[in-house]
Amino acid sequence: MNLVADTLGEARAGGRTIAWRRAADAAFQTVALLVLLAALACLGALIRDIVVDGAGRLSWDFVTGYPSRRASQAGIWPALWGSVFIILVTAVLAVPVGVAAAIYLEEYGGRSLPARIIELNITNLAAVPSIVYGLLGLGLFVRTLGMGRSVLAGASTLALLVLPVVILSTREALRAVPGSLREASYALGATKWQTIRHQVLPVAAPGILTGLILALSRAVGETAPLIITGAVTFATFAPDSIWSPFTVLPIQIFNWVSRPQADFHANAAAGILVLVLLLLSMNAIAVWLRDRYSQRGTA
Amino acid sequence: MNVAAFRPPRRIQRRFEPLIERALFLCAVLSIGTTIGIVVVLTIETGAFFREVPIVEFLTGTEWTPLFAVPRFGVLPLVAGTLLVTLIAMAVALPMGLLSAIYLSEYAGSRVRRIVKPVLEVLAGVPTVVYGYFALLFVTPLLQRVVPAMAGFNALSPGIVMGIMILPLVSSLAEDAMRGVPRGLREASYALGATRMQTSLRVVVPAAFSGITAAFILAVSRAIGETMIVAIAAGQQPRLTLDPTVPVETMTAYIVQVSLGDTPQGTLEYRTIFAVGMLLFIGTFGLNLVSTWLRERYREAYA
Repeated sequence: MNLVADTLGEARAGGRTIAWRRAADAAFQTVALLVLLAALACLGALIRDIVVDGAGRLSWDFVTGYPSRRASQAGIWPALWGSVFIILVTAVLAVPVGVAAAIYLEEYGGRSLPARIIELNITNLAAVPSIVYGLLGLGLFVRTLGMGRSVLAGASTLALLVLPVVILSTREALRAVPGSLREASYALGATKWQTIRHQVLPVAAPGILTGLILALSRAVGETAPLIITGAVTFATFAPDSIWSPFTVLPIQIFNWVSRPQADFHANAAAGILVLVLLLLSMNAIAVWLRDRYSQRGTA
Repeated sequence: MNVAAFRPPRRIQRRFEPLIERALFLCAVLSIGTTIGIVVVLTIETGAFFREVPIVEFLTGTEWTPLFAVPRFGVLPLVAGTLLVTLIAMAVALPMGLLSAIYLSEYAGSRVRRIVKPVLEVLAGVPTVVYGYFALLFVTPLLQRVVPAMAGFNALSPGIVMGIMILPLVSSLAEDAMRGVPRGLREASYALGATRMQTSLRVVVPAAFSGITAAFILAVSRAIGETMIVAIAAGQQPRLTLDPTVPVETMTAYIVQVSLGDTPQGTLEYRTIFAVGMLLFIGTFGLNLVSTWLRERYREAYA
């Protein structure tokens, strides 16, 4: 392990010093490892706490039930359906635009000035707090465009929020496609768009899809922007159109956590379990896609 | 591959090429539109707010009571709450994140790294509302056992939990920066008889300094903008204090608080959230710019 340092150190330094320095090194390594383990232990504690609090409340009735003023009868169906619905609409809005923007930046833009400005802008947008997107959604979609507190307004807000992430991950997938593939296509007389459409995109598709799912799974956990755009906190009906009022799982969980009664806290923990299961299944699909197609992608 | 899907170029195809490029360009420009949209929406509402409340009172006032009968619009208590929680979060995330990064980059073998990094990413992917639950119902009761005077809502517990949430960001960006340091520098250090600790702390970390600083700045920006943890666990009492055991309110938590009530459009109260949001946006966007600039610089140094 410490071969280089040890042999050279012993040759040059006096015995006491080298022993001290090696002890310091070992202590430092132990501390760093402990810190890392502590971080992982926090994840363990978090999972354990939520399973202990919520597993008892989890049942089929809880998943298919409607919110109630009595904790023991409350369910999460409107919130669960709201989350699924709003993510589907977000995907429809964000994916085509995000992928198109990524294709432009990666295949056409190059190092031109507009492309570099757009790139810098996207990097900064990716780090703007989500609550600021909520204010944009409130001012633009809910009020100015008159969408009201609807699924469409919420999904449009989330679409703008995930757009930078979609663009960044799609660009990475496009960058992984070897340049020789493009050159071979040009050599056969294909135009730029034909090359992208028939050669680059099919090879990059699994990588793009994986990135899209991961970007959307981030949107599933978002709470603040949807509170700002006016998602309701007590929904008794599942949304049936893009103009319906709605709530989502994280907001339902927030609503239950904010109540003083311990019974509702158990509901919140059970809701978190459902949310985590939803996220895990999305991530599992992403990993599965990546593994299934990864051999083809690198061919 | 995919030779079967290839079609010979046609004249029409060639005529469409510039149109396709134009359409793709428009999609890319939409991201600039988002930034402009944010600036315009915030500026309009904030402008209307400052027509009624002097900007000096907003920025220097020490009382924030916009929902009271006699409203006061001094934003400092919200700023103080935000900075207090951010400070606590950074006290957790920076040392722990940096040590984790040093361990992963300089000590750990590739097998450990392959297992640990995805688990750390899980920590970063947990929805913030879940961390809020954890802070309020697990960490706060734990802290109350140590410090019995601790209030049910306080700055310490969400600060610590936020630090844990941000740790993977610090760790992975700092590790990237350290792995960008050329091997030759490390080998030169070992050749002079330095241990791994000495090499890490005196060669690798200084060489990766701008990248590590960029990671820290991005982490601060993330902490300032984090919403749900503080909305759940920090309370809703704007208070100018450095005491981590009492309830405080951050800028983000205030925006959530007003949004949960039914505030009619056009009222002064409605506009306060945009004024506070503007402050939040300017602060975080500025920090992000500095962070991006620093990262670009270190990339050039060892490219």
